[in-house]
Amino acid sequence: MINSSLKQLGTLLAEKKISSVELTQQFLDRIDQHNPEINAYIALDKEITLAQAKAADQRIAQGSATALTGIPIAQKDIFVAKGWQTTCGSKMLENFIGPYDAHVIKQFDTAGAVNLGKTNMDEFAMGSSNETSYFGKVQNPWDRSRVPGGSSGGSAAAVAARLCAAATGTDTGGSIRQPASLCGLSGLKPTYGLVSRYGMIAFASSLDQAGPMAKSCEDMALMMNVMTGFDERDSTSLQREKEDYTRDLNKPLAGLRVGLPKEYFAEGLGADVAKVIEEAIAEYRKLGAEIVDISLPNTQLSIPVYYVLAPAEASSNLSRFDGVRYGHRAAQYDDLMDMYCKSRAEGFGAEVKRRILIGTYVLSAGYYDAYYLKAQQIRRLIAQDFEEAFKHCDIILGPTAPSTAFKAGEKADDPVSMYLQDIYTIAVNLAGLPGMSIPAGFTQTVDGKSLPVGLQIIGNYFDEARMLNAGHAYQQVTDWHSRMPEGIA
Amino acid sequence: MEWEVVIGLETHTQLQTKSKIFSGSSIAFGAAPNTQASAVDIALPGVLPVLNKEAVQCAIKFGLAVDAEISPRSVFARKNYFYPDLPKGYQISQYELPVVGKGSLTIHVGASAGNENGYEKTINITRAHLEEDAGKSVHGASEGMSGIDLNRAGTPLLEIVTEPDMRSAAEAVAYAKKLHELVQWIGICDGNMQEGSFRCDVNVSVRKKGAEKLGTRREIKNLNSFRFMQQAIEYETRWQIETLEDGGTIQQATVLFNPDTGETKAMRSKEEANDYRYFPDPDLLPLQITASDIEAIKAVMPELPADMKARFEGEYSLSAYDAAALTASRGIADYFIATTAAFGGDAKIAANWVMGAVAAKLNEEGKDISASPVSPTALASLLKRIADNTISNKIAREVFEAMWAGEGDADHIIDKKGLKQVTDSGAIESIIDEVLAANAAMVEEFKAGKEKAFNALVGQAMKASKGKANPAQVNELLKKKLAS
Amino acid sequence: MSLTTADVKRMAHLARIEVSDDDAEATLKKLSGILKLIEQMQSVDTTGIQPMSHSQDLVQRLREDVVTETNQRESFQAIAPAVEDGLYLVPKVIE
Repeated sequence: MINSSLKQLGTLLAEKKISSVELTQQFLDRIDQHNPEINAYIALDKEITLAQAKAADQRIAQGSATALTGIPIAQKDIFVAKGWQTTCGSKMLENFIGPYDAHVIKQFDTAGAVNLGKTNMDEFAMGSSNETSYFGKVQNPWDRSRVPGGSSGGSAAAVAARLCAAATGTDTGGSIRQPASLCGLSGLKPTYGLVSRYGMIAFASSLDQAGPMAKSCEDMALMMNVMTGFDERDSTSLQREKEDYTRDLNKPLAGLRVGLPKEYFAEGLGADVAKVIEEAIAEYRKLGAEIVDISLPNTQLSIPVYYVLAPAEASSNLSRFDGVRYGHRAAQYDDLMDMYCKSRAEGFGAEVKRRILIGTYVLSAGYYDAYYLKAQQIRRLIAQDFEEAFKHCDIILGPTAPSTAFKAGEKADDPVSMYLQDIYTIAVNLAGLPGMSIPAGFTQTVDGKSLPVGLQIIGNYFDEARMLNAGHAYQQVTDWHSRMPEGIA
Repeated sequence: MEWEVVIGLETHTQLQTKSKIFSGSSIAFGAAPNTQASAVDIALPGVLPVLNKEAVQCAIKFGLAVDAEISPRSVFARKNYFYPDLPKGYQISQYELPVVGKGSLTIHVGASAGNENGYEKTINITRAHLEEDAGKSVHGASEGMSGIDLNRAGTPLLEIVTEPDMRSAAEAVAYAKKLHELVQWIGICDGNMQEGSFRCDVNVSVRKKGAEKLGTRREIKNLNSFRFMQQAIEYETRWQIETLEDGGTIQQATVLFNPDTGETKAMRSKEEANDYRYFPDPDLLPLQITASDIEAIKAVMPELPADMKARFEGEYSLSAYDAAALTASRGIADYFIATTAAFGGDAKIAANWVMGAVAAKLNEEGKDISASPVSPTALASLLKRIADNTISNKIAREVFEAMWAGEGDADHIIDKKGLKQVTDSGAIESIIDEVLAANAAMVEEFKAGKEKAFNALVGQAMKASKGKANPAQVNELLKKKLAS
Repeated sequence: MSLTTADVKRMAHLARIEVSDDDAEATLKKLSGILKLIEQMQSVDTTGIQPMSHSQDLVQRLREDVVTETNQRESFQAIAPAVEDGLYLVPKVIE
């Protein structure tokens, strides 16, 4: 049951082989059992959850069920949900109860999905290891001494440990794809603007995008059908016709032009990871894909550009957390200025403060042109790299992350080495393109642990259906995606 | 040493929309605190702005009214600073690319010493941009605390910035008044200064006459009456000149005007480094205004005061002075146009009445023309009775007073009070005969060549008729009698 | 461009984050590393390149001017640190 696809669960529910309440309870029991160690969830409310499951059962009985009705989903704690504690992984919002529903939450609610709980994350989505969460680090289910990646580390661990049927994540520089890679699951960051950002606590507004994290591409296609769609409350939400993302899942791949950017296979990529990726590419060749060598010459610059633009936007986005209307307010202060400075110093963790300071610096008088403007100009060069590449190929393949999951604490004190985790994912956000990670195999550690490796698939704007097709075809001929970590059964 | 004051204005006009610039909250004034503050207005985590169409249309109207460039593409930026009435920690405003570019407004500066007739001057407008208003801090809540009301936060503002083109408090006030009238004329702002709908920041600096370089300026914030503006500029100018003459220097500062003391004083809180870290708001896309958007607004724009003034001079042969007076406000102009239309006679007569009797009564009672108890149609029916000789101009004043007092329409009052003009020549003749008989001395004087005596006799005849005799007929018959 | 402790303190003040002298020193080290990373950008000639703020070349959609919000003060102020008579309370604002 816990390893069933969403489609299989849907069938079981429809055929009344199991009720949503029973299914939900099973996951809640698993959460009780494993979460105290894994720490994937930071907010649970069994009462609300089971009430939703009960309502779903009624809906199924009435015959008005959708594909996701009754299916228990975990929500990243970046989405504001009415009545739920919504912390964004921060002490700043430790006592914040959502007064409204984010668009994504509402969409799942409308579809009849069950909200299992809110998942752990790097504070304000700033991190690649989930170690910046105020609510403690998350264990990688494949090796408990390692990180699950970040910032959607809680969602990734929850899916990997089968503590939910699927989960949501958000991705600003790789926050869905990198943890999906490190935890052995499928994660998709859609084209910017496909999923409304309303109610998703902003990190870097021009880059943030929500997407599904699940066991397979087929599951993600079903989630995409729920998550995407125009929302008038988000000015950057795109007005497009609704798509059925499952429509092309079973198309043959013969003739698909697959681009391999030489920069993604250069220095910096771990040899063991490279080997797994090369085997995956061989598999694509077998499926009939045509392999094309391409170049994304500005790849190296994506990190500096990102570490100007994202902190700049974040420094401004996080100004609203001032202790006036909600959130943490210091207990002792002398005056207004002191209240601001103490509340924010206490409420934010070290990495968040660093990024606010960097963002403040690059926007400050005299530096704007040299940093912010320059970064926006190079951002265009990076987007143009992809534009050129997609003249020669349909999708791009490469590694999601340069290495497999690293040990907790290993990079915690070295922000720059942590930032390099996102070398292959960031450019996709800067260009606003869709990017996906799917499990492509494992590497072995010296102590005999298997660590998953993610294959990244990058598509052109609005090409999610084709990417899911490419991923699904691979998942029909491999079983990496259905393997489970030891000790969670 | 001769000094010259240099003044530029930044005016915040609250736009007359129904909802806020980035949210669906009402902007109605006077609601209980924070009851018109939505999730977007209080900046809850995760909320996003969506731009109000009407606010953009107001900006286009203003651009057209000051003959300005309207940017085909403008950008919203974030102005970052912390203040409790600024919920997001940044204000959404336009910085590098404002919606309205360079334009101008011609003002008339009233008579003063050395300028007996006053003069006209064109003030250059640098730009006008859309932005959101902040909330309000309410003092005197709990001891040592301030209360924050965010009902006003997100109210749409058009900030209108001039070049430093003004050279006296009088010019600054004339500009502010003209602008105040214009924004109401085109219907984008209610102009209510007490409620803060129209607020002026004035930049003042002084320099030696003839110097090219501008002096260091100080900005007087939030002036909400023209009288205070005049006082504040005059005080600030004197203060700056005295400071410089005493060997001091002027520090750039934001100052507040205290109406009680009549003095300006530097603010404490905003003095520190104002590094606003502007950058384009990633939550909003560039605002596009097409030629057809502009055409659509042009089609519904009211005739502008300057155009109307020219039309009055041409179409109605009014003097420049009269035309200017009648287009001083949209209310007056509308009243005049309605009166003229209903009257159908000589527009000059309507003009005289609107600027004369009507204006005097309004002034006397401190009323706006919209509150005039005599409607344009009522006034027109009175003017018709003058034109058809039912009553004289003088009697008409009496009828008008009664109309103002609510005694009914013109015909009713004329009838009730028996004010109808006497045009029966027999009746007039007998009055004249009586007057001639009673004033033999005057008749003699007239016959001796004193023309003035004739007017005196006319006056006597009119008096004897209680003003009701037709003056032209009195004149004619009297001449005849005296000649015989 | 090398960062100084004074820069760190200036940024912290602008961002309203209290930092002690020790914190400022430690932060300086980390921020300097990040800035070094960022400096890589300076090697690129970007003359004439249009800055990119959004990933798609779209224009702002406009909302009809309609009041759609209702009073939610009670629910919003239930999570506020300090309120009185419907007002959010803060230490006295000095002008």
